[in-house]
Amino acid sequence: MIRLEGVHKSFGPKRVLRGVDLTIERGQSMVIIGGSGTGKSVLLKCVLGLIRHDSGTITLEGEDVLTAERDAFLARFGMLFQGGALFDSLAVWQNVAFRLLRGSLKRPMAEAREIAIEKLRRVGLTPDVADLFPSELSGGMQKRVGLARAIAAEPDVIFFDEPTTGLDPIMAGVINELIREIVVEMGATAMTITHDMSSVRAIADRVAMLHDGVVKWEGPVARMDDATDPYLHQFITGSADGPIEAVR
Amino acid sequence: MILLSPLGAIGRSTLSMLGLIGRVAIYAAQAISHLVRPPFYPREFAQALLQIGWLSLPVVGLTALFTGGALALQIYAGGARFNAEAVVPSIVAIGMVRELGPVLGGLMVAGRVASAIAAEIGTMKVTEQIDALVTLSTHPMKYLTAPRVLAATLSLPVLVAVGDVIGIFGGYLVGTSRLGFNPATYLDNTVDFLELWDVLSGLVKGAVFGFIVALMGCYHGMNSGRGARGVGRATTNAVVSASILILASNYLLTELFFTA
Ligand SMILES: Nc1ncnc2c1ncn2[C@@H]1O[C@H](COP(=O)(O)OP(=O)(O)OP(=O)(O)O)[C@@H](O)[C@H]1O
Ligand SMILES: [Mg+2]
Repeated sequence: MIRLEGVHKSFGPKRVLRGVDLTIERGQSMVIIGGSGTGKSVLLKCVLGLIRHDSGTITLEGEDVLTAERDAFLARFGMLFQGGALFDSLAVWQNVAFRLLRGSLKRPMAEAREIAIEKLRRVGLTPDVADLFPSELSGGMQKRVGLARAIAAEPDVIFFDEPTTGLDPIMAGVINELIREIVVEMGATAMTITHDMSSVRAIADRVAMLHDGVVKWEGPVARMDDATDPYLHQFITGSADGPIEAVR
Repeated sequence: MILLSPLGAIGRSTLSMLGLIGRVAIYAAQAISHLVRPPFYPREFAQALLQIGWLSLPVVGLTALFTGGALALQIYAGGARFNAEAVVPSIVAIGMVRELGPVLGGLMVAGRVASAIAAEIGTMKVTEQIDALVTLSTHPMKYLTAPRVLAATLSLPVLVAVGDVIGIFGGYLVGTSRLGFNPATYLDNTVDFLELWDVLSGLVKGAVFGFIVALMGCYHGMNSGRGARGVGRATTNAVVSASILILASNYLLTELFFTA
């Protein structure tokens, strides 16, 4: 279980998170929605300890993320970064198998490669991609390699930052299904950021909407459509009229 | 602003300079502490050795060759003023080995390597690759900084040694072909007056400069600002600070080694 209580984070004068409260049960798929620049990516990075929050507490299974033993803590996580964040000095399969080639989860090279190719197949990439370098791939392919890397070591907790942006609708559907599968089959806890409402419906158990640095609405995905919250309503319908200002 | 309150500007930049020195010192201490603790990354080390050591050979070699040649011409012209042309071989050797070899070699490597390291690590930072490393349970200090610092510290003395030989050879070429020295006498004079400590002190300087170059590259890369501009600034800062630190530490080391 991941629990955030009163999490604040500012960058200089810019107050990004202003008291976020959120609980994600074990084995649950939480989707976070919200306007561009509202701090969704920052929120995930705070949970991972990549960005230090200013105040409030974030715990994983009751353990504070700031005081947890880093190696054991991070070994439980997989993360897909918004920009892919592939290592461009390493071939695709070495990116995917990064965790399996060093450290506590180290496997023999051939086995690691096999696992990498299998994970690539699961995100819809053929084995011949394995020996290319990230710079030789299209944006959408890089994203999927990042996804394969995030799930390669079969982590308990997986964060996806916009897994389907830049993908064609068919591939987006495949990825949505894959994320759902990972949660159901592996029993992983997932936190996904997306702007794509069809993804939300496909992936989510629960949905949280972030606005103005706080969680404006949180609830099961089934209740999303008949929720009365004006912010959520405007976001789902993609309307220019409503409490969220669309600056032109 | 700077024109209006020069004292304030000096004060501010002094303070930020002191802060920077403190942060760099802490970073250096961390880098060293990661060098001696596992896990180690031999592949990254081998790659750094290739990039920093092997691929710098042409640059350092050419620098030494031309410097040795020019040095021979200068010392010949200067020596002629008091009929001491015969000192050319020994002064070229001592000058190359003790001072010019390590300093010019270090500066050339600073231009080539500190910039490359800062640009590479800075880009990794900007594209979230450093964050990704951390989430994959790999310490950036160990995986990126330690191998590069170790490789540079070990390979610069070798580069300096090669540069010494090529520089002396440059002096020899000019001395024998343009200044009328007898080849055998030139070599005899070179060897006779050169002491082991002359050579060793230059190699020690090389190791220190190598440490500085890689450290500055990594430090500025890791602290790169956001975007392409941030990386550009990090690259410039890496080269400038590495060069200045090389020159300053060269003075201190010379003071330490040769004044007793
Ligand atoms: N390292 C940083 N330094 C300064 N400001 C930052 C930093 N990281 C994020 N920000 C700021 O925090 C705000 C939220 O950024 P974040 O990346 O979390 O947005 P987001 O909700 O993920 O948006 P998008 O949907 O467009 O990805 C932005 O205004 C951004 O400028
Ligand atoms: Mg984002």
